Amino acid sequence: MKGMTVVVKTIASWVKVLIFLFGIYIIIFGHLTPGGGFAGGVILASSYVLLMLAFGREFVEENLPLPLASKLDCVGAFLFALIAVLGLVLGGSFFVNFLYQKYLPGQALNLISAGTIPLSNIAIGLKVGASLFLVILSLSMFKPDLSGTEKDSSFVVNTTEKE
Amino acid sequence: MAVFYILLLFMIIAAIIAVETSDLLSSVICVGAIGFGGSLMFLFLRAPDIAITQIVVEVLGLIILLRATISRDLTFITGDREFFGTVVSVVIILVICLAGIKVVETLPDFGSAIFTKVPEAASQTYISEGLAKTGAANLVASVILDFRAYDTLGEATVLFTSIIGATVILRKKAKKMVEDPDE
Repeated sequence: MKGMTVVVKTIASWVKVLIFLFGIYIIIFGHLTPGGGFAGGVILASSYVLLMLAFGREFVEENLPLPLASKLDCVGAFLFALIAVLGLVLGGSFFVNFLYQKYLPGQALNLISAGTIPLSNIAIGLKVGASLFLVILSLSMFKPDLSGTEKDSSFVVNTTEKE
Repeated sequence: MAVFYILLLFMIIAAIIAVETSDLLSSVICVGAIGFGGSLMFLFLRAPDIAITQIVVEVLGLIILLRATISRDLTFITGDREFFGTVVSVVIILVICLAGIKVVETLPDFGSAIFTKVPEAASQTYISEGLAKTGAANLVASVILDFRAYDTLGEATVLFTSIIGATVILRKKAKKMVEDPDE
């Protein structure tokens, strides 16, 4: 699969930036406006899906290889757990909002406010975006092996019987 | 109120078509229509967070399902259903219907949330003291990431585990690793 026509490729290469930016906005402003880590992460993943539909799978794999996406997924999950454990260490209770209660109260309705909630949003957005990208990439890679050896003989036997 | 019933009717019709049609592609499109109807419904119910999440996940899921259905061999269900399977499914549906009727009787009326009647409900506290206790202007974020952060941790764990399973099962290299010792 080498991708679609020139029109689709040109428009996708412009639109992907806006989609990616919108995802980042949804994640970072998650504690002020509707949205949050999960929705923003899915939008980040969908910008890569647009690239994959327009340019083909190999192009996306060069940009964001599978091992790197896997590492980003793990880093997001680790950051979220780290925030929870830091609440236990610094605030005295698991998942307590230690940053808001002790160190950085911030002004309500400002971008830097609400303590650990924006940090958790970023971690969840990273995790969800990377993991959904991984799912789509591995689903599009997966194909039943038609020209297989004896082990995948179920496909081969059926075709030979029809012939 | 009329909007809700129109959307509900639309979603029910789409669901029936999705189940009954023999073409897999139109069935997938009908599933997408159900999802977009649900997202519109969340928007009219003044839940923009859920509406955004619903529409974004629906688009992504629709793309995956479309790619899966277009490039694969379409399998059609032929022949009659088994008698035993039909009886079991009808019995299960009846039991779930009876339980559902009992549950629906205890629910509050449509549009009147439970915290308007019960003053000591937990959601009353979230609304009145959420901004002061967490500092987040978006009350949904303050609930899912501060008051009920354990739920989010569990959700993230479920997603993480399922992604690990999917990447392990669907990767390409596994076959070579199995085949190498034999050769």
